[in-house]
Amino acid sequence: MPDTPMDRLARATPQQLSRRVRGLSDRAIAWVFVAPTILLLLAINIFPLIWTIRLSFTNYAANKPNAEVKWVGLRNYQRILTDPDIWATMQATAHFLIWTIVFQVILGFGLAWLINRKFKGNDLLTTLIVLPMMLSPAVVGNFWTFLYEPQIGLFNYAVEALTGIPASSFTMLGSVPLAPWAIVIVDTWMWTPFVMLICLAGLRSIPDYIYEAAEVDRASKWRQFWTMTVPMVLPFLMLAVLFRGIENFKMFDLVVQLTGGGPGDTTLLTSIELKREAFEKWRTGYSSAYAIILFVTVFGLASIYVKALNKVKDR
Amino acid sequence: MSAVSITEPTRRSKWVAGILVGLYTVITLLPLLWIISTGFKTGPDSISYPPKILFSPSLEGYVNLFTTRTRATAEQLATMPPPENWVDEIVQRRDEVIIGPSRYGERFMNSVIIGFGSTFLSIFLGTLAAYAFSRFRVPLKDDLMFFILSTRMMPPIAVAIPIFLMFRQLGLSDTHLGMILLYTGVNISLAVWLLKGFIDEIPREYEEAALIDGYTRFQAFRKVVLPQAATGIASTAIFCLIFAWNEYAFAVLLTSGNAQTAPPFIPTIIGVGGKDWPAVAAGATLFLLPVMIFTILLRKHLLRGITFGAVRK
Repeated sequence: MPDTPMDRLARATPQQLSRRVRGLSDRAIAWVFVAPTILLLLAINIFPLIWTIRLSFTNYAANKPNAEVKWVGLRNYQRILTDPDIWATMQATAHFLIWTIVFQVILGFGLAWLINRKFKGNDLLTTLIVLPMMLSPAVVGNFWTFLYEPQIGLFNYAVEALTGIPASSFTMLGSVPLAPWAIVIVDTWMWTPFVMLICLAGLRSIPDYIYEAAEVDRASKWRQFWTMTVPMVLPFLMLAVLFRGIENFKMFDLVVQLTGGGPGDTTLLTSIELKREAFEKWRTGYSSAYAIILFVTVFGLASIYVKALNKVKDR
Repeated sequence: MSAVSITEPTRRSKWVAGILVGLYTVITLLPLLWIISTGFKTGPDSISYPPKILFSPSLEGYVNLFTTRTRATAEQLATMPPPENWVDEIVQRRDEVIIGPSRYGERFMNSVIIGFGSTFLSIFLGTLAAYAFSRFRVPLKDDLMFFILSTRMMPPIAVAIPIFLMFRQLGLSDTHLGMILLYTGVNISLAVWLLKGFIDEIPREYEEAALIDGYTRFQAFRKVVLPQAATGIASTAIFCLIFAWNEYAFAVLLTSGNAQTAPPFIPTIIGVGGKDWPAVAAGATLFLLPVMIFTILLRKHLLRGITFGAVRK
């Protein structure tokens, strides 16, 4: 390599000095660039979280700022964990989580698998399919209440047209057995595209030569699908499930608009119950303890899941 | 890739795939088309059964969305001058008089201010942090990156109460600035992670050349890295904007009048006798339209952004 005078000059200048002369040192720049983000996260996320933990040990009520605040120890936690109604909301949440994930995985993977065939116009269709997940869940959820109206809504009309069950004979949002399914349908409609996109990224990451080798070995298409396609997409699929799981565990906007927790308490998901305790009954201390329990649950489940995910990845 | 690959799907399977995906697309777009078309129906048309697919379009929903009206008294009806324009005509036909503008315009503007404000701030701070994480030896880099990501796992309601109390203390509750800071705090984790991925892909040699030419680090960042990262910054910005535009939980819990955005407001639009679905649909259409247009225009970048995140994490 030819040694130019500039190169020699650059080497002659002490590194430290050259940086110092030309302005802030790299280390200082790194601090100046990172600090605002960290400070903001501490102020908006961490400080409130620590505050929540502190409140969870008290009987504080945010609508009575002047009342005396008593330290109640673990009593809030004890009350929540022994309350049978809480377990009912947990069950409703689990039902919602399991079914949305089942439907979204089947539909999302199926669509990605079809789109990966690279037929004409698949780019346009992908974009159109993705639209629902880009929209506001609250606004869309509100409009779905209109689609679900038994007398005038499009949904019941479509069901009648397809199956012959009279449209006015059932109300999706007003009946105890159907309401949970009504929110599962809307969530699946909104978020299947997300699972589809992640699966598509997984499918596109599989190199062609693997299939070519399999063809040479005369492996059947079915065998190729189960021994190559599925295992290679699985880490991506599990990642999509992780994201959807976390999001759906804290799902609020869509369900508030669709059912608000009713009829009865059939669709009372944990986040809606939490909102009622915190901002309707104003039991701030109690709801803080509830929030912490939920946070720990999500964090715990997510960590276990991520461990499993890493195992699948390493395989 | 060879010209004739043995793994290339057959023509028939492409056809079948195209038809199935097309069918799904039609079904999935029906609710959206229904929102848009309901916005152009009259009140009776919107609630007729069976649902009306063909109807004569009307701007009644849009007029109702932007105005507050009241039923005209018999006196008013008798003395009412003939309608001067199409807005008056629509209102008078329903025996109503306009008593003022509605609050939709304000709410929409709040969404614009808070959405763009927080997007700008997230991108500004996020780009700086992402650059530092990408290029410098930051102490505890991996731990900090994970910490930044973990803030996204927090359910909004878990921190809503202290934020509510904190904002009340600081005089930030129900203000634009408060909501901008809040949404920036939520978005910044995504911004840092996405942007770091984009900046990692820019070769370091470009900056090193600039440094040798006598640029300071900061000048090299501004004049060399930023232009290279422009596409990545733009697609990250769209994600931040979509989140802030659509957010509901914080908006409904922490704002009441002054700084409330459109998502909590649209469901509360009601007409004279019950829910005015054409007006709700009109409000929803105007609110959803920017995101739909963004998505279609910038589809390549958006889709890349999402899958990128999946691959990196």
